[in-house]
Amino acid sequence: MGKIIEFENVSFRYEADEDGMLLPLALKDISLSVEQGSFVAVLGHNGSGKSTFAKLTNAINIPEEGRVLVNGLDTREEKNIDEIRRIVGMVFQNPDNQIVATIVEDDVAFGPENLGVEPAEIRSRVDDALNAVGMYDFRESEPYKLSGGQKQRVAIAGVIAMQTQCIVLDEPTAMLDPNGRKEVLSTIKRLNKERGITVVLVTHFMDEAVQADRVVVIDNGRIYLDGTPREVFSQAEKLIAAGLDVPQATQLAKYLNSNGIDIRTDILNEEECIEAIFSLLRSK
Amino acid sequence: MVRDITIGQYFPGKSLLHRMDPRVKIVLTLIFIFVIFFCKNFFALGLMAAFLIGGICISGVPFKMLLKSLKAIMVIVVITGLLNLFYAAGGNVLLDLGFAKITDKGVYTAIFMTVRIACLIIGSSLMTYTTTPTMLTDAIERLLSPLKVFNIQVNTLAMMMTLALRFIPTLIEEIDKIMNAQKARGADLENGNLIQRAKALVPILVPLFVSSFRRAYELAFAMECRCYTGSNKRTRMKQMKLSWLDLLFVIGIAVLVTGVILFNHFFTHLI
Repeated sequence: MGKIIEFENVSFRYEADEDGMLLPLALKDISLSVEQGSFVAVLGHNGSGKSTFAKLTNAINIPEEGRVLVNGLDTREEKNIDEIRRIVGMVFQNPDNQIVATIVEDDVAFGPENLGVEPAEIRSRVDDALNAVGMYDFRESEPYKLSGGQKQRVAIAGVIAMQTQCIVLDEPTAMLDPNGRKEVLSTIKRLNKERGITVVLVTHFMDEAVQADRVVVIDNGRIYLDGTPREVFSQAEKLIAAGLDVPQATQLAKYLNSNGIDIRTDILNEEECIEAIFSLLRSK
Repeated sequence: MVRDITIGQYFPGKSLLHRMDPRVKIVLTLIFIFVIFFCKNFFALGLMAAFLIGGICISGVPFKMLLKSLKAIMVIVVITGLLNLFYAAGGNVLLDLGFAKITDKGVYTAIFMTVRIACLIIGSSLMTYTTTPTMLTDAIERLLSPLKVFNIQVNTLAMMMTLALRFIPTLIEEIDKIMNAQKARGADLENGNLIQRAKALVPILVPLFVSSFRRAYELAFAMECRCYTGSNKRTRMKQMKLSWLDLLFVIGIAVLVTGVILFNHFFTHLI
């Protein structure tokens, strides 16, 4: 499978503040690539540089050193920017600040309209995108009447209508209630499975990261851990050292294990935990 | 509460007036207003009023709602009526109050002026009642598009209008939150004289401005991510198409204008 996003020794720092003081590097020497069609979760606590990372993927931030390639296009080149943003779509944290139109379907149409797509083609793309996120019945609603989870799904539809190959979501569930979070996450997963859209999910929720194919932990501007959820979450001590939590089920297994009970420690979710404890009890 | 606010004064419906092309609606309303000022006598004005009542019946907008829009400018209507009643020159004296005389001409002009203003206001509110704000901005954008020749960024202006409409409910919600937050800290918003109350607004407006700028900043990012450049290459999903319906209304207005001209010229001797 091809690589859709490649980071080559990327460092980035934000522009100096009013005093002219040079800010420290937000990201240091990051090298990583995202496979086409994969679902990557990027974890990190506040200020770790994970949002900065997200903004480097579609040329909002331009690397200070190194380079970012999207389908082989360098984000530092001005002429590539339109094409890059057509490949990598972005969904932000606050749904209210990314919806531009007063009617749901008009908002979804915004991206394709900007690309100069033919009206009939936009119509079919919008209908398709709204169906994909399960918001077709709300196409004529006003966004402010929707719940947070619904608004975020509209924002995702807006990206899909541009026929992007990759969606980068920057903490899309941080402002949502548990139900909204579930809605958004299942939508993302479905798009990844059914349409083969590459997903980069920046988050600080462990239970979301667990559902990805690959987890990258960023700490203090560097890649701290990188691997499958099982590989990453079995290193509980390291995660805690980086100021992150471990999924509760994993934590429970760890405690049991450290208290001399023979249970495996690479457990990721409740189901696995229940199964492990159940088989343990039965064997006795 | 906040969930129920309607922007503008749209009355949802599917009548012929609702389905009419908003561009045609705006133009015809302008013509209608224009023609009102050319009515010279009651026959012409009566024709306009009859046409308007017909329009109201078609639209299905309750008459009460339209009267409400008239309420806002009631003072102006009354003052205009009274001024005309007392100060119109000439005619036969009907009533002598000593300080002023009421003549038949005065009564006539007073009624004429009142009806004229009522037609004006009801006519234009009928348009806003049957057109969503979104459709209005779209139509204005398209009507103004010839101005592109003079290098005026019409689609940027339209984008600004759309965003303003879009953010009204969001900002109302925000004001609500800030007010509650300040009340929780002991801010007194209801008591005191005008100056004190105006001062109490400062701790509400400052956070509102700060958060609006933050929103604008984030929105700009989001729009950029969706390839918005403000260029003229933008297409629109919803195309406006003229239909037989619009032609029907155009013909209607044309008949009306002809009627008014006829009445103005041939029935002057009746009064």
